[in-house]
Amino acid sequence: MTAKEKILYFIYLHRTGLTVTGLTLALVLFPLFEDNPYTLGLTNLIAIYVIIVVGLNLFIGYAGQISLGHAAFFGLGAYGSAIATVTFGLPAWPAMAGVALLVALVALLVGVPTLRLSGHYLAMATLGGNIVVHTVMLQWDQVTGGPSGFPGIPFLSIGGFVFDDEVRLHYLLWSFALLALLLALNLVRSGVGRGLAALAGDETAAAALGVDTRRAKIKVFVLSAVFASIAGSLFAHCYSFISPDSFDIFASTDLAIMVVVGGMGSIWGSLIGAGLLTLLPEWIDVFENYKDLVHGLVLVLILMFLPRGLMTGLYEMIRNRWVLKGQKNAAS
Amino acid sequence: MLHLDEVSKKFGGLPALDRVCFSVPRGRVTALIGPNGAGKSTLINCVTGVLEPTSGSIRFAAQQLVGRPPHAIARLGIARTFQNLKLFPRLSVLDNVLTGLTCEAGRSLTMAMLRLPYLRHRERQLKLRALEALDRFGLADKARLPVAVLAYGDKKRVELARACVAEPQLVLLDEPVAGLNADETAAIGEQLKRLRGAGQTLLLVEHDMELVMGIADQVVVLDSGRCIARGTPDEVRSNPLVLEAYLGQMEATA
Ligand SMILES: Nc1ncnc2c1ncn2[C@@H]1O[C@H](COP(=O)(O)OP(=O)(O)OP(=O)(O)O)[C@@H](O)[C@H]1O
Ligand SMILES: [Mg+2]
Repeated sequence: MTAKEKILYFIYLHRTGLTVTGLTLALVLFPLFEDNPYTLGLTNLIAIYVIIVVGLNLFIGYAGQISLGHAAFFGLGAYGSAIATVTFGLPAWPAMAGVALLVALVALLVGVPTLRLSGHYLAMATLGGNIVVHTVMLQWDQVTGGPSGFPGIPFLSIGGFVFDDEVRLHYLLWSFALLALLLALNLVRSGVGRGLAALAGDETAAAALGVDTRRAKIKVFVLSAVFASIAGSLFAHCYSFISPDSFDIFASTDLAIMVVVGGMGSIWGSLIGAGLLTLLPEWIDVFENYKDLVHGLVLVLILMFLPRGLMTGLYEMIRNRWVLKGQKNAAS
Repeated sequence: MLHLDEVSKKFGGLPALDRVCFSVPRGRVTALIGPNGAGKSTLINCVTGVLEPTSGSIRFAAQQLVGRPPHAIARLGIARTFQNLKLFPRLSVLDNVLTGLTCEAGRSLTMAMLRLPYLRHRERQLKLRALEALDRFGLADKARLPVAVLAYGDKKRVELARACVAEPQLVLLDEPVAGLNADETAAIGEQLKRLRGAGQTLLLVEHDMELVMGIADQVVVLDSGRCIARGTPDEVRSNPLVLEAYLGQMEATA
């Protein structure tokens, strides 16, 4: 091998590690170049969505199911943390963990009966569940503050260091987002992840290879709910105010669209999906004014032409063409 | 090692399997033949838990298989291929074969997410075994390619490698050479012979008589769901019932 080939091979071999390192570095340096609080507020919001979308992507992309209610888990995390810390005066970090545990339990209760059935019963159940959760947030004034929201949620802190401005929150939120990305990357690159990829490919074949398909789906569903719950807790502590609007079924469909735009089963795609869907309305007015319409159109178009999602679909199309061309060249 | 006793399977009243009895001895190649629609694939699906027999018992090393879910049966060491390929087209050839080692890769999501050292170590070993299997099946140079771009014959071999990589107790092959040309058939025949030489127990469903007669120790003939003959290749070849049911049909279609 020539020196150039060696370097290229090294990059190929360590592509995931190098990308993670590069991204970490960029994120550490980002606030040095960009100190506009509005921009940082946006990128912080992306970080929160990344955490949810990574988990939801594992579920949609690997368990082959659709959840239309992840904003409910997001909301349960947010309201759970708000109630635990403000109403009951509990410390924030243990509350976050406790709430995540409770949300896992809720996901288990929803997932066990619905994932037993084939077909998209879970999509229906999660959609219905989301409407219930949203209605409770609106109606149960004494506990949730009703439509006017829940104010006064304390900032998070570690040993006296309070995460109270955009730059500090940037580091906090992106640490969590990176952790979520890393955990998911580890998972999909493991033997367990291959079992899940098999499940996404063909359930009969996966079962014949020893994958307990029902249990695997439930596990990934619970995992994705926990990711959403933690993102919700962070959301509450970061804005110190939450209202039911952030957690309605339109928020849930937005999350599903982020997954589809990023590409199903693509962990890096989650970053792109969350980023694009958050930034596009800022850049282009049409997106802002006709948001739901445009989102719906985007979703339908992608699913029609690239059923694996935008990024994954394009990547696989290009890769397969490229390999086939390489083979033809080698043959001639 | 595998014992079928009075196994029946009805689809809405129509019997696809009718009180089938036979055994697959350890370390031998048992071929299952029969005309189209005889119930061969249905039988494999009953053994692997994809379908539940209407009645009868299927025992594997003293364990009752009927009523167990497919993944539990797979974990006992029963692997299979499918008549219509069931590969994972988005994964590479190597990853497809690695899915054949799923039973040994661990099940905990949490451990996998933390990528603990013992898992990394195990993963390396699994990868070595998969590469070795690819080598055995003549696919070593295609390990990194996505399966979607392979030719049909190569795909068949990937599925065979995936079924055999874990060295399961029993491998069920549903028409491993269907749709292949003479050269490819011969190549797979060689690989099956090598598996037999290594003591692998096989249940081989196949239409290709030459292949079957060449490697089977025992031949079981199904016709319309009933087991009409059983014996060595020579015995079966000269059995008038078989000639009537099977070869007659072959002549009719030829
Ligand atoms: N899921 C099903 N529902 C209803 N009938 C079925 C089903 N699967 C198979 N059958 C019927 O059962 C019979 C046996 O089918 P099977 O696929 O087992 O045959 P086979 O021996 O594998 O044939 P071939 O050589 O064509 O693969 C056929 O008449 C088929 O139509
Ligand atoms: Mg068949």
